[in-house]
Amino acid sequence: MTNSQKNKLIDNAFKIFGVACTLFGLIILAILIYDILKTGLTRIDWDFITNLPSRRAQKAGIYTALMGTVWILFLTAIIAFPIGVGAGIYLEEYGKKSKWANFLEINIANLAGVPSIIYGLLGLEIFVRAFNLGGSLLAGSLTLSLLILPIVIVSTREALKAVPSSIKDASVALGASKWQTIWNQTLPASVGGVLTGVILAISRAIGETAPLIVVGALAYVPFAPSSPMDEFTVMPIQIFNWVSRPQHEFAVNSAAAIIILLLITFMMNGVAVYYRNKWQKKIKW
Amino acid sequence: MKVEEKEHIMTEPKTIPEINKKALIEARNVNVFYGHFQALKDINISMNKNSVTAFIGPSGCGKSTFLRCFNRMNDYIDGYSIKGEIVIDQKKINWKNVVIEELRKEVGMVFQKPNPFPKTIFENVAYGLKIQGIKDKSFIEERVIKSIKDVALWDEVKDDLKKSALALSGGQQQRLCIARTLAVEPKIVLMDEPTSALDPISTASIEELMFELKQKYTIVIVTHNMQQAARISDKTAFFYMGEIIEYDDTKIIFTNPKQEKTQNYITGRFG
Amino acid sequence: MRTRTQEKIIETLLKLAASITILTTIGIIGVLLYETIAFFKEVSIVDFLTDTEWTPLFAQKHFGILPLVSGTVLTTLIAIAVALPIGLTIAVYLNMYAPKAFRKTFKPMLEVLAAVPTVVYGFFALTVVTPFLQSIYPDLSGFNSLSAGIVMGIMIIPFVSSLSEDALYAIPKTLKEASFGMGATRFQTSFKVMVPAASSGIIVSVILAISRAIGETMIVAIAAGQQPRLTFDPTVPIETITAYIVQVSMGDVPHGSLEYRTIFAAGITLFIFTFLLNTVSFWIKKKYQEKYD
Repeated sequence: MTNSQKNKLIDNAFKIFGVACTLFGLIILAILIYDILKTGLTRIDWDFITNLPSRRAQKAGIYTALMGTVWILFLTAIIAFPIGVGAGIYLEEYGKKSKWANFLEINIANLAGVPSIIYGLLGLEIFVRAFNLGGSLLAGSLTLSLLILPIVIVSTREALKAVPSSIKDASVALGASKWQTIWNQTLPASVGGVLTGVILAISRAIGETAPLIVVGALAYVPFAPSSPMDEFTVMPIQIFNWVSRPQHEFAVNSAAAIIILLLITFMMNGVAVYYRNKWQKKIKW
Repeated sequence: MKVEEKEHIMTEPKTIPEINKKALIEARNVNVFYGHFQALKDINISMNKNSVTAFIGPSGCGKSTFLRCFNRMNDYIDGYSIKGEIVIDQKKINWKNVVIEELRKEVGMVFQKPNPFPKTIFENVAYGLKIQGIKDKSFIEERVIKSIKDVALWDEVKDDLKKSALALSGGQQQRLCIARTLAVEPKIVLMDEPTSALDPISTASIEELMFELKQKYTIVIVTHNMQQAARISDKTAFFYMGEIIEYDDTKIIFTNPKQEKTQNYITGRFG
Repeated sequence: MRTRTQEKIIETLLKLAASITILTTIGIIGVLLYETIAFFKEVSIVDFLTDTEWTPLFAQKHFGILPLVSGTVLTTLIAIAVALPIGLTIAVYLNMYAPKAFRKTFKPMLEVLAAVPTVVYGFFALTVVTPFLQSIYPDLSGFNSLSAGIVMGIMIIPFVSSLSEDALYAIPKTLKEASFGMGATRFQTSFKVMVPAASSGIIVSVILAISRAIGETMIVAIAAGQQPRLTFDPTVPIETITAYIVQVSMGDVPHGSLEYRTIFAAGITLFIFTFLLNTVSFWIKKKYQEKYD
């Protein structure tokens, strides 16, 4: 075999290996979803969704956890959206080049790498203890808001950056102030990107388990929360609780709950991707 | 005759009277720096009301920089600083207490590439009025229609006012951008190579438009296209390496320039 | 003038929003230090760093962090051993071999792997991967670092593949063409030209993946066990720093007790690890950007 034949062979071998590796991750994902559907799908019925938790696996439902997740979703969105987008606007449109902004930027990059469980410890000491919020929904959502803030800020900046400066120039040349330009031109033109980032960040938040456990979300909550100051549990914690039990029936329950959780996560991701595509298609500069 | 004229040109930049009543725009000893780089050197010029003035010169000669001094668009560039005075309508505009937003209502600008907002045609033209806080709908509508008519775009878009401005052709977009600038009724319209991104037919229609606009506005245009400068302007300033080499009636600049550099440039020997 | 004031107020509000991120950092470091200092008033720092047992919840208390660190390092190593070769191969394949349409479809599909909540991976490790591995190697314990590490590795594949592919994508085309022009195959061009040229970006992606693996909690809390032990045997139950924090949080430990403070001492250890890794990656990224800009 000549040298070039050998090279050709290696080249083709790697090509096959590359396809195999790419498919490996996806096949694992498929196995995971198949296994969960197989185990949990038959368990899902209306009772499973509306029942309160129970010690008996067959009677147990996810109602309190689902409501907890819905509450967390809304509260986190309400807190993280204005702060994150505001901070993103500040860094992209106002703070550029200043030392303070540079420092903020490094800080945000660092925060994005802090493990989520550390945010749990922060929330436990500050929101639960110092602010005396206890293991409440509010303490949980404040903690998650801080956790996703770096993601919201970074994606907001990306979206704002994508707006061509010619649009901003045109606006200020007409006598618009900086904020008028941002409010009337830059933000509307980047809304798709901003929303995509926010939705993805929140979908990450509702999949989070560890920080909420640390903050003191409970494994067992008898009733669905009715105010931000109530104790709560969420879907991932409910799943964790069921996974930790030895009986097979609880494993079935957790698989069923995972289906619901994945449905919510994938739906949010789908909406985010849809928004992004729509936004990219609509605006061609 | 000739000699007198020559003297006039030679001396004009150096000895501007304190207040030139006829001039709408005046620059006195303007020096502009980007960091350590000096982009404009000792610029003195005055422009009259209802005239079209063209700035010509090779790339990087400072003509666009100078144009952007009049509505302070350079303020956003890092390291930018300006010395000297720019006076518009008897008011010095390059000092701290000038409200930039107010200035820009008086001094509109049309950019090199058409840059309509990603909004409807109507919203584009109404934007300047709306940010001034004008709420009167019928007034806005009237002004929008008038501005679109002024740029001879009305017949093409009158049924599509609610459609996106991005759907228009390049030439139409640029006329829309001009209409948008006119809607706030500025005194001065700055044009930064407004036709360089357009095809010849669109260019012709915009040049035609400039003749009309001269009746009501004072226009300053930067152009790379010398025929264009010759066709549309009353006066022409030739910039080279940050200086005004020559400033005179357009006819003289293009037929009988006093400076060798000007001569070389307009005959295409460099630039 | 009214607008001037309005503008100023808005800018101040936006600045405040941005400043919350600084407060967050101060809060994290402050909280961790505060509780850790209190912890070290009762436990010697030498014991903490050298004792080979971690049993704060037992009657016979030991406070050696090493078993938790070894558990964390072990699962992380296994995860990287899975994610690095697969992730890098995917990156090279997508960049150098795959048709454009393939790359466009499969890159975002792989990123779905990172969007799945980690508790789901924990379930998968415990109920699918561990039984599967046990069928090959029957002595494998029901909780072990092998299964948790592998699943964690799968989870972080997109971190390596996407970011490495971005780094490869940023390499000027001329470089690739120069290599092809001299008769090199795609494989040779990939590993002799492209990967070395993109090495800083690839290293950054790997560091981020490691940092992510160190901080990962639910997979190890569910599938790796709750038995802190100083071992590098991947078949037995261990406990990571993160899993310990979860274990204590699930129980009823009174606020202000020594047991309560152990989670902060464990937390600061974790924070220091990830902080160092993030700083290194930030530093590399900065240098690398300067090179190409």
